Amino acid sequence: MSGGLYNLHRERIDTTLDLKAVKPYGDTMNDGKVQVSFTLPVANSDAAAEAARRLALKMGLAEPNVAIAKPLDENFTFFVVYGSCIHTVNYEDIHVENDQGSSMDMEEINAFILSRFGRKIRVIGAATGTDAHTVGIDAIMNRKGFAGHYGLERYEMIETINLGAQVDNEELVRRAIEFHADAILVSQTVTQKDIHIMNLTELIEILEAEGVRDQMIVCCGGSRITNELAKELGFDAGFGAGKFAEDDATFIVTEMEKRGMK
Amino acid sequence: MSKIGLNSELVARSRSSASKIADEVQAFVDAHTTDSVERTVCRLLGIDGVTPEGVPYPNLVVEHLKQKHLIEDGAARWLGNAMIATGLSASEIAERIANEQMDLSDISIHDDADIFAAIAPEVRRSCERIRANRSRRQELMESYGGDKIEPLLYLIVATGNIYEDVVQAKAAARQGADVIAVIRTTGQSLLDYVPYGATTEGFGGTYATQENFRIMRKALDEVGQEQHRYIRLCNYCSGLCMPEIAAMGAVERLDMMLNDALYGILFRDINMQRTLVDQSFSRLINSYAGIIINTGEDNYLTTDDAYLSAHTVLASQFINEQLAFRANLPPEQMGLGHAFEMDPDLKDGFLFELAQAQQAREIFPDAPLKYMPPTKYMTGDIFRGNVQDALFNMVTILTGQRIHLLGMMTEAIHTPFMSDRAVSIENARYIFKTMADLGEEIEFKPGGIVQKRAEEVLQKATDLLQQIEQIGLFSALEAGVFADIKRSKIGGKGLAGVYEKSAAYFNPFVEAMARELKEGMTQ
Repeated sequence: MSGGLYNLHRERIDTTLDLKAVKPYGDTMNDGKVQVSFTLPVANSDAAAEAARRLALKMGLAEPNVAIAKPLDENFTFFVVYGSCIHTVNYEDIHVENDQGSSMDMEEINAFILSRFGRKIRVIGAATGTDAHTVGIDAIMNRKGFAGHYGLERYEMIETINLGAQVDNEELVRRAIEFHADAILVSQTVTQKDIHIMNLTELIEILEAEGVRDQMIVCCGGSRITNELAKELGFDAGFGAGKFAEDDATFIVTEMEKRGMK
Repeated sequence: MSKIGLNSELVARSRSSASKIADEVQAFVDAHTTDSVERTVCRLLGIDGVTPEGVPYPNLVVEHLKQKHLIEDGAARWLGNAMIATGLSASEIAERIANEQMDLSDISIHDDADIFAAIAPEVRRSCERIRANRSRRQELMESYGGDKIEPLLYLIVATGNIYEDVVQAKAAARQGADVIAVIRTTGQSLLDYVPYGATTEGFGGTYATQENFRIMRKALDEVGQEQHRYIRLCNYCSGLCMPEIAAMGAVERLDMMLNDALYGILFRDINMQRTLVDQSFSRLINSYAGIIINTGEDNYLTTDDAYLSAHTVLASQFINEQLAFRANLPPEQMGLGHAFEMDPDLKDGFLFELAQAQQAREIFPDAPLKYMPPTKYMTGDIFRGNVQDALFNMVTILTGQRIHLLGMMTEAIHTPFMSDRAVSIENARYIFKTMADLGEEIEFKPGGIVQKRAEEVLQKATDLLQQIEQIGLFSALEAGVFADIKRSKIGGKGLAGVYEKSAAYFNPFVEAMARELKEGMTQ
């Protein structure tokens, strides 16, 4: 690696944290160090390594160091590149709606529902479109839940329907209306070529066309879902990795209250 | 010598229960046929292709038989009968049925002996073709100095486009993959027909079609020649077209097939009557073709807890073994499935996993066990993911698992990049080499954690099998014993395509293949 590691005379290195210009941290404030890995569809050669280096420069990585160049196949080479990111972001400018802050636990949620609504709430869930994987929706809805977090079926004050996998958006909306659902949960586990985006967008469109979008809290979840993405697509919230049933339920019940749902 | 102090009495009791469970299922299977079984007979009699509207001819013939209430007699009887009367081939008859130029029920029925004689050449031709593939596989392996002894590295391609799959598969083979599985497009298991021709559009996978099989087989043979290794091809013989896919795979020399009715019942909501009947014929074909089947017990642990429900996996393996025996499938072709899905936070989780893997190895000594990598607790943290995959690789090499499905550190993020596969193969090869003989060196402490865990799982599996024996497999599935999923005997997809056989029913391929397998094939 570079001899710079042992350079005692680093110049122009500002080691103070400036929240207006935050950049990656390797081992020294503002060093900007990042690692990236990618494959180029060319044979492994000095020219290929140079291509990787130039690409890293274009990505905004100063002094790129191609640490590994490994042939994957005749005409494919894998690279691991280190460099110093030249970009910064203004951290103070960032405002993320913190609506998924701390969650209540199952008992608190049950009590909340009883006191605010005086009835059981209804939640319907499905993995939609071509997605054949129920692991996500099951983790949230199945009685036993996931990783020690009980699923919604166990909540005394929540009535649930889990439609399973490969449910059409039309079918989900039809069943949600029939069930008088207060909330819809959609899971997208395995997706390819961003089909989950199309599929999620379609659900919102159908809900709007049916005129029921405002009557239900609509959330989606999955490893590739973020709250930001979900909102962009017209959902009320999105739940990514590390979220459990109580996170979904807390959001649903507080949002219901906020909207004055009875 | 057992490393885990295997209780052979419990094993015997489990096998005895599983055997009775399988007998009851087999009695049902023997009395029934299905749409897909009869479509398979059509295919093996030489009916292939699709109408200009895209309807496969085998589907069309079976629909015709259903309309005319002839399906209970089996497609072979009525096609054979028409062959005698018209002198046409089965395929020509199918075209005439499609053009409404022929009604099979109009043709007066000939003697059994004449019908058997009429179709015998077609039956022989198909069987010979499948046998030739079997020999060819053997020849190729021998020409490369025999089959690989170490665990087979199993990798998945899933681009949706068969031609892109070929690029990925060849790259994977060059990196060291021994088995290439072409994942099917989501939803194919629920199609009640097999799509036709080369396909380039699929989601999360590629359509299983005979042409796609042929394209990939050719590609893998080419790269095998270059690498001087036989590269196995795997596909999915499950869902509503189980035996048809088996027949197509047999004809195109696939080497491995996922083939498990229980998986379809539980995870795809396919009707249990339908798929158990389908499974029997498909396993017979796979057996005849020398294709290794893979069972899907590993999936139970994606919904159920790996520690608490390990015994359900073992119980299901016992049942699958017995069902496979009844389809004349030898242990050497039973890739019984299990998975490394222990919660990483569980203390001694690795020991429990090791206990179960070693136990499966000892209970099914001749089976090429299929071992699936961690998926449930993969989080997108690729650094930890690579460690999880490394632990999984260790269990395989320590316990002699055979079909090793490589774990991807990017599991839970995206379908694998080319580089993800390379990282994964490197991980496995490193561990398989550096720990090659460790399994031979270690014994487990008598009465220690590993031995106790194995005993506990076996005891619970034995108890569960006894319960299932009492109520039968159908009722057990209705009660939700596996994966905590309940399925109704009359629910799910495909029940409408199940028929009680008439006294006149016959399936010439079942008869021919089973007879030959029982007599012992020539190689």
